Amino acid sequence: MTSSLRGNLIALLLLALAVLAAFALGRFPVAPSDLGRLVWSLVTGEPSGLPAQVETVVWNIRGPRIVAAILCGAALAIAGCAFQGLFRNPLVSPDILGASSGAALGAVIGIYLSLGLFGIQLAAFVGGLVAVGAVYAVGSTIRRGDPVLVLVLTGVVVGSLLGAGIGLVKYWADPYNQLPAMTFWLLGSLAGTAKPDLIPLLGPVLIGAVILLALRWRMNVMSLPEEEARALGLATGPLRIAIIAAATLVTAASVAAAGIIGWVGLVVPHLARFLVGPDFGRLMPTAALLGGGYLLAIDTLARTAAPVETPLGILTAVIGTPFFIWLLASARGGWS
Amino acid sequence: MSLEAAALTYGYREREIGRDIALDLAGGEVLALLGPNGHGKTTLLKTLLGLLPAKGGTLMLDGRPLAALSVGERARALAYVPQVHTGTFAFSVSEIVLMGRTARSSLFAAPSAHDREMVQAMLQRLGIEHLTARPYTEISGGERQLVMIARALAQEPRYVILDEPTASLDFGNQGKVMSQIRRLASEGLGVLFTTHDPNQALRYAYRVLLLRDGRALASGPAAELLTPERLAALYGSAIETVRGEDGKLAFLPG
Repeated sequence: MTSSLRGNLIALLLLALAVLAAFALGRFPVAPSDLGRLVWSLVTGEPSGLPAQVETVVWNIRGPRIVAAILCGAALAIAGCAFQGLFRNPLVSPDILGASSGAALGAVIGIYLSLGLFGIQLAAFVGGLVAVGAVYAVGSTIRRGDPVLVLVLTGVVVGSLLGAGIGLVKYWADPYNQLPAMTFWLLGSLAGTAKPDLIPLLGPVLIGAVILLALRWRMNVMSLPEEEARALGLATGPLRIAIIAAATLVTAASVAAAGIIGWVGLVVPHLARFLVGPDFGRLMPTAALLGGGYLLAIDTLARTAAPVETPLGILTAVIGTPFFIWLLASARGGWS
Repeated sequence: MSLEAAALTYGYREREIGRDIALDLAGGEVLALLGPNGHGKTTLLKTLLGLLPAKGGTLMLDGRPLAALSVGERARALAYVPQVHTGTFAFSVSEIVLMGRTARSSLFAAPSAHDREMVQAMLQRLGIEHLTARPYTEISGGERQLVMIARALAQEPRYVILDEPTASLDFGNQGKVMSQIRRLASEGLGVLFTTHDPNQALRYAYRVLLLRDGRALASGPAAELLTPERLAALYGSAIETVRGEDGKLAFLPG
């Protein structure tokens, strides 16, 4: 069995376990057997014989939330892989070019203007795209030095400006109604995700993921120094725009749906590298599967660990930090 | 059929590095760009590869202007062997060499069986097939240089252009790498390499172009061109010549 096949099987198995656990745990547990009967009744059209309450939980409450967690996790993981390759740095995460901070500013403005849930999500999505677009536009007017390094530095600078903007809106916000909503949103959560939330998430994530997966064999070459990649025959400029656009699309969509969830896009590509190695052709599908399972497991923990829901961003940080310190301590020369 | 520059001016957007360069590289030849460090060798190399636009003069690849070729067309004719670096990710040796197939397949294609056969063939050609599965980050400098050459060959180019191919190698590895480079020319490839070492140019190149301050001091057959006087002018310091009993020449600095 090739390492790629084995890696994907392990990732798929973990994802399946995460799905079963997500249904089986929580205030209203759904046993795997009940889940099986429900799926069977969906396929055959026969009544499942289960209480209507169970059907509601599976199809309308927990099901959509599980799908959203998998989509967001996969999106962040795949965008993390793409950005790590593009910026030739394994410590890069999907918000390197300001996708998350732009989305956060959009969301807090949406909350400040009381736009309603859909309006807030749209503002976040647009904010993410605009921020990265601005970083790219500013970065490409600077014609000195390595274009990749210039982009990263522009991202850092614009990111801190966006941070100031977020601070300002929070300062203006009504401290009793709006500020808690902003704080909650900035920490990331999938609580209250319903079926209609899935469509604006699914579309951009699918489009971006298809583009990134289609280009994944070229990511290896994109991770080389600029001139080397061009000497190997890649038109690095247009390809970089395509990868940034696709990775930003999936990141902004997931941030719009779930708020800011750090660490997933940083940690999961490394976990996937343990399974299948650094080759992006094999890495990206495995990372997508693993990312879906990882965020779903985190979300299940967020629902069940305490009487009140724990924000996702807190959990990913609590788990991600020690993992990363261990990674730094144990990494040999290259990032295998 | 050759890579041909005439009255070439080269440099960066706002800064000219060199001018009046004429050179001609045909298949089966080895041409050395010899000169002190910081005198425009690498910049000229990048211009010849089409990575930097020429600022003036003509630059033709097999009769067509280099600037008119697409990045893919260039990569199918010209292969670049950069100075050795370890890279960010611990790709395996075969994954590195596979990247040489980029210009030979479509943008979205996964590597084909033919691509993988080509990788194995090139590793064998350079005698490093035992490294196939090793991480590129964990092999020696000499092995890395050979892997870079294998990657260049996987492009199936007509010309191979190497930047200081032995800069970071120990004495034994320098010999191994340079004799491989010479063999490529005997197999029909046009080979151009930069070096700051006159002995290397003398031993492995058929023709030499002496580059100082971005100008060609002289160019011609290595054995005729490389005299202590010219080298002293090239480096701006005295050069001593040693001649062995069999007539072989070597230069010593100082």
